[in-house]
Amino acid sequence: MLEIKNISKTFNPGTINEKRALTNVSLTLNDGDFVTVIGGNGAGKSTLLNAIAGVWPVDSGSISIDGQDVTGLPDYRRAKLIGRVFQDPMTGTAATMQIDENLALAKRRGRRRGLRWGVTQAERGEYRERLKLLNLGLEDRMTSKVGLLSGGQRQALTLLMATLQKPKLLLLDEHTAALDPKTAEKVLNATERIIDEDHLTALMITHNMRDAIAHGNRLIMMHEGHIIFDVSGEDKKNLKVSQLLEKFEEAAGEEFSNDRMMLS
Amino acid sequence: MAAYFASLNPLDLLGRFPAGIAQGLIWGMMALGVYITFRLLDIADLSVDGTFSTGGAVTVMLILAGWNPWAALAMAFLAGLLAGAVTGMLHTLLGIPAILAGILTQYALYSVNLLIMAMKANQAVSVDKYVLILSGRTVPLAIWVGGIMAAVLIIILYIFFGTEVGSAIRATGCNEQMAKAQGINISMMKVVGLALSNAIVAMAGGLAAQYSGFADVNSGRGSIVIGLAAVIIGEVLGEAVMGKRLNFLGRLIFVVIGGIIYYLVYTLVLWLKIDSNLMKMFTAIIVAIFLAVPYLKGQRKSSFSRAARNARGEGK
Repeated sequence: MLEIKNISKTFNPGTINEKRALTNVSLTLNDGDFVTVIGGNGAGKSTLLNAIAGVWPVDSGSISIDGQDVTGLPDYRRAKLIGRVFQDPMTGTAATMQIDENLALAKRRGRRRGLRWGVTQAERGEYRERLKLLNLGLEDRMTSKVGLLSGGQRQALTLLMATLQKPKLLLLDEHTAALDPKTAEKVLNATERIIDEDHLTALMITHNMRDAIAHGNRLIMMHEGHIIFDVSGEDKKNLKVSQLLEKFEEAAGEEFSNDRMMLS
Repeated sequence: MAAYFASLNPLDLLGRFPAGIAQGLIWGMMALGVYITFRLLDIADLSVDGTFSTGGAVTVMLILAGWNPWAALAMAFLAGLLAGAVTGMLHTLLGIPAILAGILTQYALYSVNLLIMAMKANQAVSVDKYVLILSGRTVPLAIWVGGIMAAVLIIILYIFFGTEVGSAIRATGCNEQMAKAQGINISMMKVVGLALSNAIVAMAGGLAAQYSGFADVNSGRGSIVIGLAAVIIGEVLGEAVMGKRLNFLGRLIFVVIGGIIYYLVYTLVLWLKIDSNLMKMFTAIIVAIFLAVPYLKGQRKSSFSRAARNARGEGK
């Protein structure tokens, strides 16, 4: 479903702020894979998701989704294949527009936009049904401006928007990190349900190792622009947080000894 | 002082109001163009100062060349569309900040407008010699025609911004990242929005030129400020009258009403024998005050001096 071959990205090349964010990363996702991504700050998790979404072009390597090479396409042209939910609940929705208008924009993702109605009565019925499943009472507030909703409600709405038109790939960038624990759990459960019901292929970044183990069928750990750990199937199910921490320290520790070597 | 008040004739003021309404309708349509960029796209587009004159220049020169006034107005619309697209492309393709892109277009249009007007600063078109859509000579007719045109324009805009493209433009103005994630080409939407806005402004310029009987290369100077004044007056009034029931259609209607009120105030100022040259200053002050009000309101709710008062136990 997703095939990444040897992609690299360096930010601000040739300046004092030069940062090698991704180094020769390769990753293949099979149809229906739900992959959780963990790693420390600056490990390249968000950079990887942004590279796939097409926020900027990669320096080298190739990305294809569903057999289509998208390396040369900007984000808005990849959008027909990808659904995205961002870390900041404000990012995924248009605050000054109504709930139904936001959903209608998502419904037309990847289609030609013409002079047909922006929202039709028939779709409103569909949206009402989908909103009911979120269990947040949003189905009765379809003409409310999204700016009036709470962060959790907006994030749940963004999730619905990202999956309204079944995407080939769903990208979740720490989408529960800005929510309170109770709301985060609700949104995470909704995420799991939708991915499961629609058999979506998904990449989910999380800073919570327990969530990373509890969700999905595969887990990857990133460090300094590399994928340093990739586990799936039974091995992933039996994974413990302590094991992950060990892996984490192993990677960071190596760096530490390297620094020491340089000092001596 | 007494002599001053004695010289003011209330009946004269009433007599002047219809002309104010007619002009207000034309500038209200112009303000609808400003509303598209300023409120929907969140861009302060200064090209309108140029495109308003362009609309007048194109309309008058084509009528002088024997064109039907409606066809001439349509060409003015197209000219504005083109100029707006230029601003849009300067901004999106060449990365020039929107406000500067507008200033560049407006600056260049001064020369373009002179070229259109055969290098003359103004060109007269007499209603005695040519058929015009409206004229300041027959104010009641001008109010009718202007009113109907404004109503049609409002309905068209209301429908357009309810379509898929219209929604995409609104989403672009509200949240670019969200728009891109939904597959919207935001550069394209900005160009379309700016083009449409300037087309409307140019059309209003064409009507204003016919109303006054001449096109002037300086007629558009300060259009952006008058447009903003109309938008803001309309919003404040609309929210006061309609409250939460003020929907998009209501907002568009109140923008035009804002334009009318602006011109009625203008008429009043002239009637008070205040030098009309001071009107620009008054307008700028009014716009500055109304743009500042929402900010100051927010400041009042959370200000450092208030925190200091609270800390001293003085409460609210």
